[in-house]
Amino acid sequence: MKINIILAGVGGQGILTIAAVIDTAALASNLNIKQSEVHGMSQRGGAVQSHVRISDKEVYSDLIPIGKADMIISVEPMELLRYLPFLKKDGLLVTDSNPFLNIAIYPELEKLYTEIKSYPNSLLIDAQKIAKDLGNSRATNIVLLGAASHQLPLSDESLQQAIKTLFERKGEKIVTKNLEAFNAGKEIAKEIFSQKVV
Amino acid sequence: MKKLLLGNEALAQGAIDAGISGVYAYPGTPSTEITEYIQKSKIAQELNIHSNWSVNEKTAMEAALGMSYAGKRSLTVMKHVGLNVAADVFMNMSVSGINGGLVVVVADDPSMHSSQNEQDSRYYGKFAMIPILEPSNQQESYDITKYAFELSEKFGLPVLIRMVTRLSHSRAGVTTGERVAQNEIKLPKNARQFQLIPMHARGLYNQLIDIQPDMQAHSENSIYNKLTKGTDTSFGIITAGIAYNYLMENFDDGNCPYPVLKISQYPLPKKAVKHLFDTCEKILVLEDGYPFIEEMISDFLNENKKVIGRLTGDVPRVGELNPDNIGKALGFKVTELKEVPKIVAGRPPELCVGCGHRDLFNAVNTLGEEAKTQKVFGDIGCYALGALPPFNSINTLIDMGASITMAKGASDAGIHPAIAIIGDSTFTHSGMTGLLEAVVENTKMTVIISDNSAIAMTGAQDSSASGRLVNICKGIGVDPKHLKVLTPLHKNLDENIDLIRNEINYNGVSVIISQRPCVQLSKEKKDNIKHLLEIAIN
Repeated sequence: MKINIILAGVGGQGILTIAAVIDTAALASNLNIKQSEVHGMSQRGGAVQSHVRISDKEVYSDLIPIGKADMIISVEPMELLRYLPFLKKDGLLVTDSNPFLNIAIYPELEKLYTEIKSYPNSLLIDAQKIAKDLGNSRATNIVLLGAASHQLPLSDESLQQAIKTLFERKGEKIVTKNLEAFNAGKEIAKEIFSQKVV
Repeated sequence: MKKLLLGNEALAQGAIDAGISGVYAYPGTPSTEITEYIQKSKIAQELNIHSNWSVNEKTAMEAALGMSYAGKRSLTVMKHVGLNVAADVFMNMSVSGINGGLVVVVADDPSMHSSQNEQDSRYYGKFAMIPILEPSNQQESYDITKYAFELSEKFGLPVLIRMVTRLSHSRAGVTTGERVAQNEIKLPKNARQFQLIPMHARGLYNQLIDIQPDMQAHSENSIYNKLTKGTDTSFGIITAGIAYNYLMENFDDGNCPYPVLKISQYPLPKKAVKHLFDTCEKILVLEDGYPFIEEMISDFLNENKKVIGRLTGDVPRVGELNPDNIGKALGFKVTELKEVPKIVAGRPPELCVGCGHRDLFNAVNTLGEEAKTQKVFGDIGCYALGALPPFNSINTLIDMGASITMAKGASDAGIHPAIAIIGDSTFTHSGMTGLLEAVVENTKMTVIISDNSAIAMTGAQDSSASGRLVNICKGIGVDPKHLKVLTPLHKNLDENIDLIRNEINYNGVSVIISQRPCVQLSKEKKDNIKHLLEIAIN
C-alpha cells in the first residue's frame, strides 16, 4: 500500500493543517510517512505545496515523481491545476472553489471551473461556505480533507482521532466543529459522486 | 513511538541528545527550524542550553568556539551563504582545532528556493580539511548529529554537517535515543592551541595535515558509507546524502540492480570508489548541489570517459535533484501525462497586506524629479521583494549589508541620489561597518533602515536591532541633524516624501529610520517593541 498526495494552496492558507491530520493518523496506524513543506520566501503570498507520502513499506523520496500522485487536494482552485503534471491517470482532484485574489491577472473563474470539471474524478466544492454554515470558517481545510477521505488508506476513526489530538488544546468546541466539518466534507463528496454516476 | 520531525528538527533533537550546552545561529532559510526547535524544547530550557539568536553567523560561530574552548559541546547553524560570513573563523578554527565537540551545520539551498546562489558547502569542508557528514534522511539527521560530536572530539576538529532544503523541510517518523550529559568546564591541555600567532599556527597547521590520513581511514570504515553489491555492473552509482532516496525511488521496493555506494561521510572513501571503478563499466555520480564528488573522481583530461553526472550533462548541471531527473539519467522514460493548463497564472511571493515596507517603497517611488536619476541599493530580507512589480523600487540585491557599501561606491563614482534600503536586522548583521565607512568620508548618500523590529522573512524572529537603532547610528557618528525617524503609513505619504527628499539633497551621509513593526508579530511582541523604543528615546 502506498499513497501520494499533493496539497496545494497559497502561503498562509494553512495547507499544513491538512498534512498534520493525515500524518498524525498515519503515524498512529504504524505507517511510514514523508511529508515535504515550503518555508521561507515563498510563504509570503506565493504558491506553496506539500508532498505527503504514506506507505506500509519504506518511503524513499521526499518528493513525489511526475505522474505518481494519487490525489491533489487544494484550498484554492487555480493552485489545484498548477500540479497536474504530478497526477496519475484518473487521480482524484479536490478543491475549494473560492479564489485567492492577490495577483494582477487572475483567470476568469468560469473558465477555471470548466477546466476543473473536465476531469471526471474531480470535486469542486464551496468548502468555505460549508465551514461557515457550520460556524467555523477556519475549518475549510478540514471540509476538503473529509471530501478526499474516502480515497485515503486511513480509517475515518483514525482521521477523526487525529483531528481530536491536533485541536485538543484549542478546546472542545473547536474539536467538535472540525469533526463536523470533516463529516460534512464526506457527505458532499458522496453527493457529488452519486450525481456523476447518474 | 516515533516522533514526526522535520529533518531540521531531528538534527536539533540529536544535538540536544548529544549533550550540547549551546546553539549559536542567525536565522536563514532553510536552516532556521534547527535553532527554533531548541529554543522551544522544554528539556533544553531545563538544561539551560543557550539558544538565543546571534547577531550574525560570524559572531555565532565564534561564540560556539568560545564554548568549545571551555570544554563544552556547542552547535552553530546557518544557511549556506551564512558560512561565507563566518568563513574567517571557520577556516581558522580547523587550524586551532576545538576542545569541547563543535559541530557546524550548514543548510544548502539547491534550486535557490530562498537564496541568491546554490553554493555547495562541501567545498568549504574540504577547504578547511575537516570531516563532512551529509545525512540522507530524517533518522540519519538525528543519528549523524550525535555521531558528529563524537567525531569532533575524537579528531579535535570541528565537523561540518551539510543539509539541503528538501531534507531540512521534510518530515518523517524518527526514533530518538538516550541523551548524553553535558560536558563540565575543562580547559584545553595545550595552552597555545588557541593562540594562532604564526609561530604556533605553523605547528598546528602541520598537525591538521598529519591527521588527514586518520580522517581518511575513519571514513573508509564508516557505517555511513555503505557499498551495496549489484547484479548489473553496466553502472556503478555513487550517491551523496539525499540523492540516495531519489535513486531508490526509481526501483520497486528499492531493489536497485546496480552496485551503489551511499556516501554520508567525507573524506570520500577510496577503497569503495576503487571497487566501483574496477568492477563497473560506468560510474554515475548523483549529488545535490555542485559536482563535488564527480570532479574529484573524474580524470582531468576526460580520457577514460567513465564517470558521468552533472559535468557530462547526464544529470542537469544546475538545480536540485529529484526522482525524475535521476530516472532520466538511469535511462527510464519519464512521461508527463498532463501539462499545466495555460490559464494557470504565476503567483510569486509578495509583501504582506499592510506591510510597512509597502508604504516606504511608495514614498521612495514618488519622490518626483529626484526619482529619475536615483539608484536604490537593496539588501537581504522581505523588502528584497521591492525588486518585483508593482514596486520595482530597488536596483541591486547581492548580500547581507551590501546596500550601504554599494551605495557608497556608486556615490563615489558620481551616482546621485544613492539610496540604500536595509532592514533593521540586516543592518546590525552586516550594515553597521559600512555605515561607519560612509561616515568617515561623509559620503553623499542616504541610508534608509526599514525597521520592522523583526527578522521577518524567516518567520519574525527577534531582531538584535530592536530599540537600538537611533543610538547605534549616533554612536557610529551620524550627524543627529540628519538622523530622522518616520512612520511608513499611507496617511503620512506626503510628509515622508518631503523628509526623504530633504535628506537625499543633503551633501553628506543621512540616515532615515522607517519604523513600523512587522504585521506578522503578535500583539505582545509589538507592545514589547514599543516599550524598547520608549526606553531608547528617553
